[in-house]
Amino acid sequence: MLRITTCIKQVPGTTKVEVDEETGVLKRDGIESKMNPYDLYALETALKIKEKNGAELRVISMGPPQASEVIKEAYMMGADDGLLLSDRKFAGADVLSTAYTLSQGIAAQGMPDLIICGKQTTDGDTAQVGPEIAEFLSIPHVANVIRIREIKAEAIVVDMDLPYAVETVEIAFPCLITVEKGIYQPRLPSFKLKKATQDRPIHQLCLKDFTDQNETRYGLKGSPTQVVRIFPPEANTERETWEGSGPELVGMIHDRLITEKFI
Amino acid sequence: MASIKIHQNNIKDRDGLLEVCPFNALEWEGEELVTNASCKMCKLCAKNGPEGVFEFKDDPVAVVDKSLWKGIAVYVDHDNGKIHPVTYELIGKAKEMAAKIDHPVYAVFMGAGITQKADEILAYGVDEVFVYDHEALTHFRIEPYTAVMEDFINRHKPTIVLVGGTTVGRSLAPRAAARFRTGLTADCTILDVQENTDLDQIRPAFGGNIMAHIQTPAHRPQFATVRYKIFSAPVCVDPTGVVTICDVEEQMLESRIRVLEVAPKQASTSIEDAEVIVVAGRGVKQEKDMELVQRLADLLGARLAATRPLIEAGWADPKTQIGLSGRTVKPKLIITCGVSGAVQFTAGMTNADLIMAINNDPGASIFDIAHIGIQGDLYDILPDLIEKIEATEENVCTTIPE
Ligand SMILES: Cc1cc2nc3c(=O)[nH]c(=O)nc-3n(C[C@H](O)[C@H](O)[C@H](O)COP(=O)(O)OP(=O)(O)OC[C@H]3O[C@@H](n4cnc5c(N)ncnc54)[C@H](O)[C@@H]3O)c2cc1C
Repeated sequence: MLRITTCIKQVPGTTKVEVDEETGVLKRDGIESKMNPYDLYALETALKIKEKNGAELRVISMGPPQASEVIKEAYMMGADDGLLLSDRKFAGADVLSTAYTLSQGIAAQGMPDLIICGKQTTDGDTAQVGPEIAEFLSIPHVANVIRIREIKAEAIVVDMDLPYAVETVEIAFPCLITVEKGIYQPRLPSFKLKKATQDRPIHQLCLKDFTDQNETRYGLKGSPTQVVRIFPPEANTERETWEGSGPELVGMIHDRLITEKFI
Repeated sequence: MASIKIHQNNIKDRDGLLEVCPFNALEWEGEELVTNASCKMCKLCAKNGPEGVFEFKDDPVAVVDKSLWKGIAVYVDHDNGKIHPVTYELIGKAKEMAAKIDHPVYAVFMGAGITQKADEILAYGVDEVFVYDHEALTHFRIEPYTAVMEDFINRHKPTIVLVGGTTVGRSLAPRAAARFRTGLTADCTILDVQENTDLDQIRPAFGGNIMAHIQTPAHRPQFATVRYKIFSAPVCVDPTGVVTICDVEEQMLESRIRVLEVAPKQASTSIEDAEVIVVAGRGVKQEKDMELVQRLADLLGARLAATRPLIEAGWADPKTQIGLSGRTVKPKLIITCGVSGAVQFTAGMTNADLIMAINNDPGASIFDIAHIGIQGDLYDILPDLIEKIEATEENVCTTIPE
């Protein structure tokens, strides 16, 4: 049976973050969390393959113990098994060490045939983790997948979206794909599955369960990039502010568009 | 290992302590306050928490010998030899930085039948173009492309590798960075270089109204991706650089990916190439009113674009979304109508030459970046403006020059 692993992440329910200009303090209201919306498409893709071709679907997430919530949500959508990688030593991870941690977690459970990742996360990362996981597992990857064409015995055929073309490619298992938003409409968690899976365990792994237990490869220490500082975006200094009645403003805009040669 | 040390004895007041961390990385484990896996080591707790409770402990990390890494390399993004302009923008930035540290600028050009195109790149003032020309590199397949990049880096040891934030770049850069176990910062909007060759990388971060300044202090090469239209292409010069043809060895070409078919898309008139753009934001109250904004766009020969909420509502084509999760544009003029100016939106358009913003909220953050902030109701302004421009056009457009 085909073994699929989908990577999912818990992200803040709101991404409204502001910096206090004076103190430089980060303000974030609302502490609710949810599954990264882009991961829902990855999960749905896996579920579609499972329904059509038969597959064993595992989800994997790295995060604090509360992140088990998103694994439960994945169970309610139809995932068979869930794995949470949680360890204080994973804290402060950048793309490289996140991808390394996930690759170790995936490998610890036996290599799946197909790994599916969402395009990106809503809380900062930009589509880099998937390709890095593939590199650490030494498997091929294809990003920007917009359609699953066929599951063969030894390979998957997908359509990849490029700026000027759609490329149909066949990738031999084991491999990793990242899927675009909109590849399939994600289903809602089902109440029936919620009841059926409420006692299903969530496996937890920490650093000592990994093959590579070298602490310098995880968390902050395993992160080549370091955030030096954070700051609010700069305001543009050379700017004009126009106030007035509707007709006045219309006149000013119109004149400026003419002097700037746009009309 | 760097860590946050929490001095439990110094905790005087337990209330509000968890809120010190914006990432919810603090929690109580019984009586003990601990950090969990959400910790980003941002040090904000040490900075803003009650005195003596949080301490950031840093350990020295093994640092590479930076003097062994020389040169700033740009990956040449292209479609069958047609070079993507982001490449030239990156060359422009690379030259600027290379001048500061007296390093050469390299271009890495891989593909099939591309050799004669290398001269085009020299005209932008690159010192050396490395060409890997091989039949098997016709299509972008990740393993051979990464292997070629690896070969280039091993031979020439550039301190910085810049890659366009294109479909190919976003796949190739992380893969190559992971191979060298080095850092990659995606979607940088500002780049600069320190005397010690450390790259200053600035990008919008944490999905919020925040910019992060990121460095890769102990690893080389330093990878960064930058989107199209963030930087400017340099002016052409008399080429002084050289083209070097590199060997493509068989073992670099192994791949488990087979390209079965390539279906070209209709050439889309993408908003990235538009000189004038009019943007509709949520200040537009109903779908029907999009016509108003479209009409203004038409009159200015502009493309209509939208913010994410309108795309999500299905009022505009997703290809016209501007911002972090949409397109980056750099038009001569952009007029925003009822756009609040969230950083995820502005990340995609701050480099426009002239930004005019119409918003009825004087406190809207779009006014922080607009060159001309127009405080008014778009429903008062647009209909009259359209009428006025129509009248003007009627007057002048009697003779259309060929
Ligand atoms: C990870 C992430 C990525 C994102 N990526 C993007 C992205 O790529 N692009 C994007 O656009 N957003 C993106 N967003 C969403 C972004 O944060 C904002 O929510 C969005 O840009 C707001 O759109 P808006 O300005 O149209 O709406 P609002 O924020 O609701 O602003 C509407 C504005 O219209 C003004 N207004 C109302 N009525 C009138 C009127 N009659 N006349 C004049 N002005 C009026 C209001 O004062 C207000 O300022 C992203 C968010 C996250 C978390």
